[in-house]
Amino acid sequence: MRKVLLIRYGEISLKGKNRHQFENRLMQNMKGSIGDLAPRRIELAYGRMYIPILDDAEAVIERVKKVFGIVSVSVASVSKLDLDAICSVALKQLNDITGGGSFKVETQRPNKNFPLKSPQVSREAGGYLLEKTEGWSVDVHHPDVVVNIELRSEGAYVYTEKIPCLGGLPVGTTGRGLLLLSGGIDSPVAGWMGMKRGLEIIGLHFYSFPFTSERSKEKVIDLAQKISTYGGPIKLYINHFTEIQKAIRKHCPEQYYVTIMRRMMFRIADTICGQAQAKAILTGESLGQVASQTLESMAVINEVTKIPVLRPLITFDKLEIIEYAKKIDTYELSILPYEDCCTIFVPKHPAIRPKLGPVQEAEQALDIEKLIAESLEKTEVLELSPR
Amino acid sequence: MNKIVYLDNSATTRCLDDVVVAMSDALQNCYGNPSSMHSMGLEAERLLKTSRKTIAEALRVGEHEIFFTSGGTEANNWAIWGSAYQRKGRGRHVITTGIEHASVLKSFQRLAEDGFKVSFLQVNEEGIVDERQLEDILTNESIFISIMSVNNETGTIQSISKLVKIIRSKTPNALIHVDAIQCFGKIEIYPRELDVDLLSISAHKIHGPKGIGALYIRKGVLIKPFLIGGEQEACYRAGTENVPGIVGLGAAVAAAKKELTANKKKLELLKERIINGLSEVGGAHINGPVNAQQAAPHIVNMWFEGIHRGEVLLHSLEVEGIYVSTGSACHSRREEASHVLKELGLTGEAFTGAIRVSLSHLNQEEEIDYFLHKLKEVVSELRELAG
Repeated sequence: MRKVLLIRYGEISLKGKNRHQFENRLMQNMKGSIGDLAPRRIELAYGRMYIPILDDAEAVIERVKKVFGIVSVSVASVSKLDLDAICSVALKQLNDITGGGSFKVETQRPNKNFPLKSPQVSREAGGYLLEKTEGWSVDVHHPDVVVNIELRSEGAYVYTEKIPCLGGLPVGTTGRGLLLLSGGIDSPVAGWMGMKRGLEIIGLHFYSFPFTSERSKEKVIDLAQKISTYGGPIKLYINHFTEIQKAIRKHCPEQYYVTIMRRMMFRIADTICGQAQAKAILTGESLGQVASQTLESMAVINEVTKIPVLRPLITFDKLEIIEYAKKIDTYELSILPYEDCCTIFVPKHPAIRPKLGPVQEAEQALDIEKLIAESLEKTEVLELSPR
Repeated sequence: MNKIVYLDNSATTRCLDDVVVAMSDALQNCYGNPSSMHSMGLEAERLLKTSRKTIAEALRVGEHEIFFTSGGTEANNWAIWGSAYQRKGRGRHVITTGIEHASVLKSFQRLAEDGFKVSFLQVNEEGIVDERQLEDILTNESIFISIMSVNNETGTIQSISKLVKIIRSKTPNALIHVDAIQCFGKIEIYPRELDVDLLSISAHKIHGPKGIGALYIRKGVLIKPFLIGGEQEACYRAGTENVPGIVGLGAAVAAAKKELTANKKKLELLKERIINGLSEVGGAHINGPVNAQQAAPHIVNMWFEGIHRGEVLLHSLEVEGIYVSTGSACHSRREEASHVLKELGLTGEAFTGAIRVSLSHLNQEEEIDYFLHKLKEVVSELRELAG
């Protein structure tokens, strides 16, 4: 029996004139996600997509579940447009569910050429199933299982289970964003959330060897690869930041290290956004989490760029972020202990509410343009794909 | 980064050319299973025999007292559990020191979970076992004692023969195990002369391959097998023998035995060069034994005033092509502080800022000079940054 994975995408179908663009992108993203499986044609009809399932249902579902823009999927058996055939397919589906319980049949009939109307089909099929099974009863109000029958021009689709997916918008439909990826718990989650709203993500990591280890860089690469399973290949910029840190340490007052360091990071991010045509900077900041994440700090840090800075986690508690990190499977990577072993650059008493004037004054001790140009020269770019 | 100065020889070593040649010959030309009845099996068995003989001669023991293992960890695990479970009818008290390798410490922890009474001997600030404490805790119930001959982090040499005399005079029931993994091949160690029952060695610390080691079990001493299911190693250690590994171990041991005196002299010379050079770095200190007689010639554990993170120093040296370690290799990956340095009672920078330099006879004086030169530069730069 032919099986397909039926794909529902809610929000996109609401998007009016952009709908085609969204659908095309979703199609493209799905193709990418199952690109390494046996080739097949994804069909699009009446606001649904259908992926033929060969013998690889699990693999297809696992991949497609990670594609943003999809609300839910169902594995549907395809039958001829004939009531007897439909009933026997439905019977097989119900028999595959162990334990029994209550059910009801729901029919949709976009194909108005089918001789029976929806309620009639439901009634006929329901009667048939009740007669041919044991342990099942009908409950039209609170059934344990809904047997869905969709009558379409190319055939009838029968399915019982709806698998919820991530929702959101297809990656790439809302633009490109540059994610500051530290290797901690927060930033991968922030990137994931940006992707959820349709952003194509590129990553930027500030690497402070020898103050952090090469393993911490490996970890960031692994993290970028992990989030690429949600939206396809990711470009990762690795910026060599050590000399900037040293210069700050040597020439600036201790309480402004963090503020000035973040300003330098944002300046570099701003330049890379220009090069890579990204229209937003994303960070994993959460309000009040550390000294640089107060409103005053953010204001002073933001001052160096005109590009919108998106902070998807700004109102999240640490525990909520951890929950997400576990859900998207970045947590275990993030807590590997190769993180900053760098304490040299963290002052004991950082300025929690820095003011722009004194910070700008302190920065005058640095040759900002030169430092940034040199560090950009040493920036590596990696292409990371899910597999 | 072209120049490589490898000073992490207690973590592992480069295989000698002779070792590689012997192993690749075994891999390609002598791939029979020693248990096979045909001539190819016999040929492989001969290789085992030759290697076993080489090791037996190097330790001045009988061939039948050498049992191959998958490395030092298995040799230690086996010696400890095999002895404790064999002898548990005679008593339940087992003893080790607080500065052993994790493969020993964790084995004793497991014994404690299984109801054995475990005593951990204390050491002084040089890492030397408290003889009086040993004398005090020994009873007729004491059935097993494990003590390492050379500590992997500080290079402290224990006076094994003195400790053995104390044990033998206090209890007739105890088996004595020596973890000689950091000692064998560098300092003379002969289990019969020391009157110990079990002794572990490993190939990859003496320019042999990883994944192979051996346990000396004194003739007449019974311990329980650790791996079961085959008749290899006189039914004591099941599993098809790692023939190429065993050949590599044999070749490494042969080379170490032949050059033992010359190598030791070379190591002493290199170490002296380091210690003399350290005085020029300024604010440099050595952890562990001061008295040369209790210090292994190939390990120097050092720290520097004003440097409180050993790993930053490690990575800064890495930039210059110099490879050292902090604490012991496995520790630094997990970012746990060294239990050995803690047992020595070290605190502050001596504890968190320590690095270990471990030498091989393959190191050259020029390499040491290069190391000292770069060390001085790096230490002063880090001191400047730390302010």
